[in-house]
Amino acid sequence: MAHRIEVSLKPNLKDALGLKTLKRAREDLGLDIADIRTIKTYLIDADISMEQLKAAARGPCSDPVTQQFSIDSPMALQLARETGKGWDWIIEVGFRPGVTDNEGKTAREALELLIERRLHEDEGVYTATLYLVQGDIDQPQAERLTTGLLANELIQRTVICPFEKLESMFSSQGSPFYFVPRVREKSAIEILEFDLSAMDDDQLLALSRERVLVLNLNEMKCLQDHLKRQEILRERQAVGLGSSYTDCELEALAQTWSEHCKHKIFNARISYTTPEGKREINSLFDTYIKGATSSIRKELGDDDWCLSVFKDNAGVVRFNDELNIAFKVETHNSPSALDPYGGALTGIVGVNRDPFGTGLGARLVFNTDVFCFGPPDYDKPLPKGLLHPKRIFEGVREGVEHGGNQSGIPTVNGSILFDERYLGKPLVFCGTGGVMPNEINGRPAWEKKAMPGDAIVMCGGRIGKDGIHGATFSSEELHEGSPATAVQIGDPITQKKMTDFLLRARDMGLYNSITDNGAGGLSSSVGEMALESGGFELHLDRAPLKYEGLQPWEILVSEAQERMTVAVPQDKLAQFMELSKKMGVESTVLGTFTDSGKYHCVYDGKTVAYLDMDFVHDGVPQLELEAVWQPPEFEEPSFQQPNDLGSELQRLLSCFDVCSKEYVVRQYDHEVQGGSVVKPLTGAMNDGPSDAAVLRPDLDRYEGLVISHGIYPRYSDIDTYHMVCAAVDEAVRNAISVGAAFHGMSGLDNFCWCDPVQSEKTPDGHYKLAQLIRANEAIYDICTAYRIPCISGKDSMKNDATIGGVKISIPPTLLFSLISRIDDIRHAVTMDVKRPGDLVYVVGTTHPELGASEYLRARGFIGNSIPRVRIEEAAERYRRLSQAMAKGLVASCHDCSDGGLGVCLAEKAFSGNLGMSIDLDAVPSEGVDRLDTLLFSESQSRFVITVTPEHKDTIEQGLSGTSFALVGEVTSQPEISMTANGRIILRESIQDLKEAWQKPLRW
Amino acid sequence: MAGKVKAIVTTGYGTNCEREMAHACVVAGADQVDIVHLSDILDGSVSITDYHFLNLPGGFLDGDNMGAAQAGAHRLRHARIAGTSQRLMDQVLQFVDQGGLILGVCNGFQLMVKTGLLPGLDRDYESRVVSLTYNDSGRFEDRWVTCRANSSSPCIFTRGIDTIELPIRHGEGKFIGMDQDIIQKIEDQGLITLQYTDADTGKPAMAYPANPNGSELAIAGICDPTGRLMGLMPHPEAYHHFTNHPQWTRKSFPGEEGAGIAMFRNAVDYIRENVL
Repeated sequence: MAHRIEVSLKPNLKDALGLKTLKRAREDLGLDIADIRTIKTYLIDADISMEQLKAAARGPCSDPVTQQFSIDSPMALQLARETGKGWDWIIEVGFRPGVTDNEGKTAREALELLIERRLHEDEGVYTATLYLVQGDIDQPQAERLTTGLLANELIQRTVICPFEKLESMFSSQGSPFYFVPRVREKSAIEILEFDLSAMDDDQLLALSRERVLVLNLNEMKCLQDHLKRQEILRERQAVGLGSSYTDCELEALAQTWSEHCKHKIFNARISYTTPEGKREINSLFDTYIKGATSSIRKELGDDDWCLSVFKDNAGVVRFNDELNIAFKVETHNSPSALDPYGGALTGIVGVNRDPFGTGLGARLVFNTDVFCFGPPDYDKPLPKGLLHPKRIFEGVREGVEHGGNQSGIPTVNGSILFDERYLGKPLVFCGTGGVMPNEINGRPAWEKKAMPGDAIVMCGGRIGKDGIHGATFSSEELHEGSPATAVQIGDPITQKKMTDFLLRARDMGLYNSITDNGAGGLSSSVGEMALESGGFELHLDRAPLKYEGLQPWEILVSEAQERMTVAVPQDKLAQFMELSKKMGVESTVLGTFTDSGKYHCVYDGKTVAYLDMDFVHDGVPQLELEAVWQPPEFEEPSFQQPNDLGSELQRLLSCFDVCSKEYVVRQYDHEVQGGSVVKPLTGAMNDGPSDAAVLRPDLDRYEGLVISHGIYPRYSDIDTYHMVCAAVDEAVRNAISVGAAFHGMSGLDNFCWCDPVQSEKTPDGHYKLAQLIRANEAIYDICTAYRIPCISGKDSMKNDATIGGVKISIPPTLLFSLISRIDDIRHAVTMDVKRPGDLVYVVGTTHPELGASEYLRARGFIGNSIPRVRIEEAAERYRRLSQAMAKGLVASCHDCSDGGLGVCLAEKAFSGNLGMSIDLDAVPSEGVDRLDTLLFSESQSRFVITVTPEHKDTIEQGLSGTSFALVGEVTSQPEISMTANGRIILRESIQDLKEAWQKPLRW
Repeated sequence: MAGKVKAIVTTGYGTNCEREMAHACVVAGADQVDIVHLSDILDGSVSITDYHFLNLPGGFLDGDNMGAAQAGAHRLRHARIAGTSQRLMDQVLQFVDQGGLILGVCNGFQLMVKTGLLPGLDRDYESRVVSLTYNDSGRFEDRWVTCRANSSSPCIFTRGIDTIELPIRHGEGKFIGMDQDIIQKIEDQGLITLQYTDADTGKPAMAYPANPNGSELAIAGICDPTGRLMGLMPHPEAYHHFTNHPQWTRKSFPGEEGAGIAMFRNAVDYIRENVL
């Protein structure tokens, strides 16, 4: 029988988790609760003695200094006796069977160490949390507390028990407190076959729908035709297959041909109509993204710093003569909508494996994160099936916190944006950069090649049903019936152990190739590595499982986390497996890479998939789409210039997009690994908003890596062309602001779009596709002009949600992430003003460009005058400014972004804890006839810099040829005052401005 | 080899500050610095006793599941060196016995208190009498704090240090004693080596955020009665260069070396003068 250990903090100690939960229950749910305390429970279902059980309770399960435990009796009763406090509700939250329970796993290992034997497969340790609630709430309110805050019913199970019934329920027959959440379902192994040959169109589509294949009619017909070919049939008969597809084959094809994996929209043939005429585009990706990069690389010639672009899990560029950088940014939107914590945690540890699985493997040195949520104060009724945006925010924040912090990778750069259109699908961008030496054992580290004969070895975690259909699921819109198995929970420590092991194996030269198991699982990882050797034979029955009962197709496409696939030469296999065992990492040989040209899977000696590699990888028919561009026109805003510009500035500083994100940043470790040079928070009080991160990947050298990004989804309402230009420009000026060199930047493009394929569900698909085309044109134009090759990227094309009959589409969103270099970190610059008396310069021209600005949004307008990047002028400005900064001429630098010049000046001043006096008449501008326009226009490519008076002449010389002007000076008086026409038009204390900026997200 | 200061930095099972800890040892002048995975100690290929200076870096041993370093301490106490009956802990005790120095930072400090290595009252290195528990804020935080060293402490690592600014990066750093008696002993014997300090008054800080976690007596670090074993929540290895300081672009510094190196240099110098 299972035993239950309950552990609580000693009654005199403050229960921080309980208090944190209490705060949110009151604030977010408005429940009248007096107190919450927490208890940790370990349900031990193993054949051990009472002595061992007691030792476990005393030993790893509890801390004798701070905690107390009980065995098989409710601690809640003991606490009630000790504190004289009565509880009203006891709520237990544990995991559903099969859901990753990291703490349970650690407890299992600790127990094994204690009893000096391995637990059997059917033994286990399961954890749960008990919430003891004191408060006058009824059953429905207790349920709301449970589902609205404590538990996510997709992955967790709950017990809600009135306190007075605890004793009887605890000891009852079939007590829910003794429910062992072991996966028990055991279905017989069965290979289903699907004969497509006689199906009509409706039947083909029905099959696609029922099996969640997410393939269209044309693609289904292509599958149908393929098995009608005689030579194919003959080959199949030789291995015991016929004219039907097996479930393994169908799943493998659906996964490989998914939008997620094949980027069918980006590779489509598009007929494009604009007011100017009609033309054809054959693959947006080849034409614009790859096109720009190859043209830049050609122009750079010998100076080209790209080493591996668009072919591996991450892009690789040269950093210095010893090190190269691999960088990748991914999205994990759909899972984060369903389970924000697990989705985001999986997002970050998942993208970790991309640079880790690039070339021969990279050591991970930084994470980035950018989130787009619905407004956290959203107070309208939520459609059924959606979580409140604040809950998503908190879950995602915590997931990235646990994933990044526990992996020992600093989270150095990010943003959080808000828009009601992200209610249906939040966007969760997670990025990771790694470093690899130039050469490993004489081989270029950024190249890899699985050889025929190499063993297929899977390392790390085991396979369960988690994440089945993730690739296909993310390729469709979210709906109420979206599968819960698509959610996974990451396990950073299993992954950390695995990466420790594999980096050592890498340096010992024990493998030829490596890739991660992400979307599509083994089907994708082995399938893609097999392109290097020319085929594979995979034995699915040899895969280590978390629990029995998985069908072969499930083993093939499960997206269970923390797994890498490596190609190990036979003569190194024994050494590889021995090292793996010693370092506590599970590795299993699953088959062999071949040069047979076949995608070949076997289960119990029987072939269950036998497909041509060519067909799997190149067989998907090209999509044919239509796009029509018609520029939208919005009402031109008309309102009087407000008298009190100071209040307008405060209001902008309090916008969710602009306000301080310190609450989140503080909870991320941003300096582990010791290379931190410019941190996300900076200034006199360590709380100003840095423009970009600077870190040293090699602590013995002075070169710094600069990480920045740009994102402007608001601008998509007017024109995605300018949205993309602004995003790229913002990423660049953020990097320039901390001292990056303009030469040698590399970009990553992450497109998150709403479905742009015209259909009944998407009647405006032609327009949305035109938006995508214009975005791509912009990437080409600005990247080639700035000479920024895109080295990797990703698109997520189905960010729509239809919930309760309402369709919500996100605004088209491009995240542009940038890595660049600073030759000497000692010349890095931060954004905060430094000394009274320093001169303030505005660099760049302000135009009347309030279209889609934060200022107009606050007034309910969109407008039309979208900010445009004047690319050639901007490039010249960046060159000059970065040269001046490398000479140490600039004391502080901050770019003008959301909220324009006004917000920029305010942030600079309060971050430096100093004031400023500014003459607005001196600000370089063109066509600006109002002061609110001058202050809040979001014209691109502008900065505010401060300079010590001694550098006045040198800086002015350095900047000549680009627009700039001396506009004022830094003052010791802690206020910002601005004059125009000799009259003070704004005077605000920096404390008030800072308070406005810090207040909204000070949770 | 005689005459060489040898430092070992352990890693594995979730440790993640081993590289900068090793870098700090090198900058501080250690002659040999090895980053060693615990599995190499457990299989007998490396012994801690071949070194002078054991560094237990920060990280998340076993994910800090079950409590910070809780499972890690359990491993130390129960895992045996392959082919012997010696526990990993026995090897550590042997190392202490032969005069070695141990510095535990953050998760390494948590490991030291949860095994009983600290405070080591009456040279009992296996009894747990203090702990580090959840921050009062209920949050993990990355924040720079000011600490004052105790000049009357026997601690070797903090010699010559008055105040020092360092980052804390933890969710479980609130120092708690088993009872008042223990806290009294620790205080009386000068084992409090480092306290969170109010930068303005110079007094021990009891209020957030200067005291970032609610520690009793603002304790940031303690040592054992010999002064050779120290643990602290702030990260000295994360301040190895002046550019690590969050306000380095606003202030001037005497040299490039970060203030955190002093703790490692004290250890290296002590070994050179007293152990070799």
